[in-house]
Amino acid sequence: MELIWDGIREAFRIIGTGDREVWSITLRSLLVSGSATLLALIIGISIGALLAFRRFPGRNLAVTLVNTGMGLPPVVVGLVVAIFLWRSGPLGPLGLIYTPAAMVIAQTIIAAPLVTGFTVAALGSLPSRLRPQLYALGASRLQMLWLVLQEARLPLFAAIMAGFGAAVSEVGASLMVGGNLAGETRVLTTAVVLAAQRGEFAPAIALSIILLALVFLINLVLTGVQQRESRS
Amino acid sequence: MMPFFFSTDMFRPAYRLALLMLGGVLLFGAACGSDETLILATTTSTFDSGLLDELEPLFEEQTGLNLKIIAVGTGQALEMGRRGDADVLVVHAPTAEEEFVEEGYGVNRQLVMHNDFVIVGPDDDPIDMRSAEDAVTALLGLRTSEMTFVSRGDDSGTHKRELSLWNELGFDPAGEDWYLESGQGMGATLQIANQREAYTLTDRATYLALKDVLDLEILFEGDPGLLNIYHVMQVNPDTSGDINASGATAFVDFMVAGETQAIIAEFGIDKFGQPLFVPDAGRSVAELTEE
Repeated sequence: MELIWDGIREAFRIIGTGDREVWSITLRSLLVSGSATLLALIIGISIGALLAFRRFPGRNLAVTLVNTGMGLPPVVVGLVVAIFLWRSGPLGPLGLIYTPAAMVIAQTIIAAPLVTGFTVAALGSLPSRLRPQLYALGASRLQMLWLVLQEARLPLFAAIMAGFGAAVSEVGASLMVGGNLAGETRVLTTAVVLAAQRGEFAPAIALSIILLALVFLINLVLTGVQQRESRS
Repeated sequence: MMPFFFSTDMFRPAYRLALLMLGGVLLFGAACGSDETLILATTTSTFDSGLLDELEPLFEEQTGLNLKIIAVGTGQALEMGRRGDADVLVVHAPTAEEEFVEEGYGVNRQLVMHNDFVIVGPDDDPIDMRSAEDAVTALLGLRTSEMTFVSRGDDSGTHKRELSLWNELGFDPAGEDWYLESGQGMGATLQIANQREAYTLTDRATYLALKDVLDLEILFEGDPGLLNIYHVMQVNPDTSGDINASGATAFVDFMVAGETQAIIAEFGIDKFGQPLFVPDAGRSVAELTEE
């Protein structure tokens, strides 16, 4: 019990005093996972719209693959991305291994299926006559897409939250492709692992509290926007 | 009509923020990538003890290189060297290292420091390991007891040493009920042993670094067979085109330099009341084993 109190006290001390290393780790988590979420949104909404609106052979298989991808184990993603990015791997010459960019790639692969799945569900829930009506009113394909995305924007916020939540909370892939380098690729989750391994439990708890607070704040903002939108 | 992601009102602030973030990451990646990098694959024991945290900024300041420290077991570190995924190694499994050098993967191998392995376990020591005469007989008691032993099980230097002790006993503990393999670094393994009230083989540095959170005591030490020797070596640049040979040479020189060796000699005294490593640059392994 004493340990837990120590951890909580340490967390408030760090938040209160503005420990530079902890803040830079927090900022890095936000930056890496935020970029990954952004990329996942671009990929996920495009593929999601395709799967929701087009009928083509193998579509069921594709949707099944996306649903499987929603539970993609981060360590598997980490291993595959690492093998590609190692200097000995096919993408080795890019020099991306052990950089934040490598972590963005891995987290994008983890978050994209979630965004895709949520997009398929969100667009699938729209009234089926909406699209023919839009076309009848003379909308181009892109105008149509923009309008239905607007229509489905509330459930799409859930996609952002799910994508960001998955990206910021995963640890296996970040460790493997980032290497947990101090000042470069150490993010909140990998810092927690390291502190716990070293028996520094109070900082580990403090970093965990900051991670939870970060996810909470992001969701608070997104939920706030979502609710305001739904009232208006 | 412009593509939807360039248009209209609602997402505009969100996109601006997003683009800003993307730009930030690219800049940030570029900033990290602009320095010449050097990848050091090292054992978890040198890393978990905190020694490399202290040496890294010094090395970077002296050379202007960006040192990337990847903490893995010795076996994995050697494997990274074989693949050309690391430039320089700090490892502690002399037999495997000699093989590595003979195969042509390693060059410029130098003795850096040593400490020793100890066997730790619960203070009440049910199998009376404290009275064992040597490391091999200390382990012998585990076979007939109900006590658990936690092995690293990760092909690290510590794991290799543990296996060689069982090998001397002519006994293979794999699959025994009392033999657990953690598959993790030394810090994590010590904590598992602590929670299970089990015995484990550890390097002294990691044990001392974690002692405050452990109820484990040193139950066996001092066998010459438990000497823990660390070497630094660079990966042979002829084996792969991507090796940073000059950086690796600089790192080897740095590890055996007088100033660095003095830091190693002092490291841990302020925190643990004793040094965690004994600096050995310029000496030979034979001199160490004679002591």
